[in-house]
Amino acid sequence: MDQLVIGGRSLQSRLFIGTGKYSADTLIPEVVKKSGSEVITVALRRIDFNSPTGNVMDHIPSGMQLLPNTSGARNAQEAIRIARLAKAAGCGNWIKIEVISDNKYLLPDGYETIKATEVLAGEGFVVLPYISPDLMVAKQLVEVGAAAVMPLGAPIGSNRGLKTKELLRILIEEIALPVIVDAGIGKPSDACEAMEMGAAACLLNTAIASANQPELMAEAFGMAVAAGRKAYLAGLGRSEKYASSSSPLTGFLHN
Amino acid sequence: MEVVLNGTVANVDKEMNLWEFLLSKELDLETIIVEYNEVIVKKQEWNMIILQDKDRLEVLKFVGGG
Repeated sequence: MDQLVIGGRSLQSRLFIGTGKYSADTLIPEVVKKSGSEVITVALRRIDFNSPTGNVMDHIPSGMQLLPNTSGARNAQEAIRIARLAKAAGCGNWIKIEVISDNKYLLPDGYETIKATEVLAGEGFVVLPYISPDLMVAKQLVEVGAAAVMPLGAPIGSNRGLKTKELLRILIEEIALPVIVDAGIGKPSDACEAMEMGAAACLLNTAIASANQPELMAEAFGMAVAAGRKAYLAGLGRSEKYASSSSPLTGFLHN
Repeated sequence: MEVVLNGTVANVDKEMNLWEFLLSKELDLETIIVEYNEVIVKKQEWNMIILQDKDRLEVLKFVGGG
């Protein structure tokens, strides 16, 4: 049985999904069901007393592994504070570290991410850090106790696909932890390609939430991730420059 | 007295504990997370904390995110 194990939890699905940007949170249960996903991200924010909104947690099916993120954190201290608050809310001990101070490309701060990961892993969190696909950052995250590394394929919410493909390939080859491609995946074929390359899982939000039919797109991504994983396990055939006949080159009728 | 609630000054016109204050804000107390003077406080502690002038409160909840 091919399972992904993170933080002691066995996962059947290698697709992690987000809860942001949906036209209505009421879409989330069906998206979860169609995607097959077992891990779902949420964010923590101040309550706006002037415009009360619904509670996203009401729409997340029970049994899902919650993965709160530290979005909004600009340094390690802020990420640690958010992680502790999320844990205090009783939603388990998984945390996606996201430390960002670049508002244009939303690229993560590797140094601050490592610092936050070290502290939180020491406190017993299952830490999944969002990173640029930088081998040295990933290696240090292994050292300080991350449960996985989550490199970006392209900037968050850009739907541009695996622009960092070569660097992702190196991380998959060199890092013993699960490599989960997070951010930038726009199409099911992007997710499938990441899985064919040997990624352990894909995390995506915008590509599903911004589709005309999010439930259908969720199903497509679930299938793509599963297909890519099977292809990786099966072992891809070699790529060749010239043609190589699939049918016998003897016994032709004109001989 | 005044407290700072999510970065904004809020008036508290009589003595009340944290639980009463949060209830007065018509919050769903089951789904919120509270930081009192930068210390996370659990639900069972809310009625033991009497609000003081200049207290700083952060009241948070989970929202959609990626």
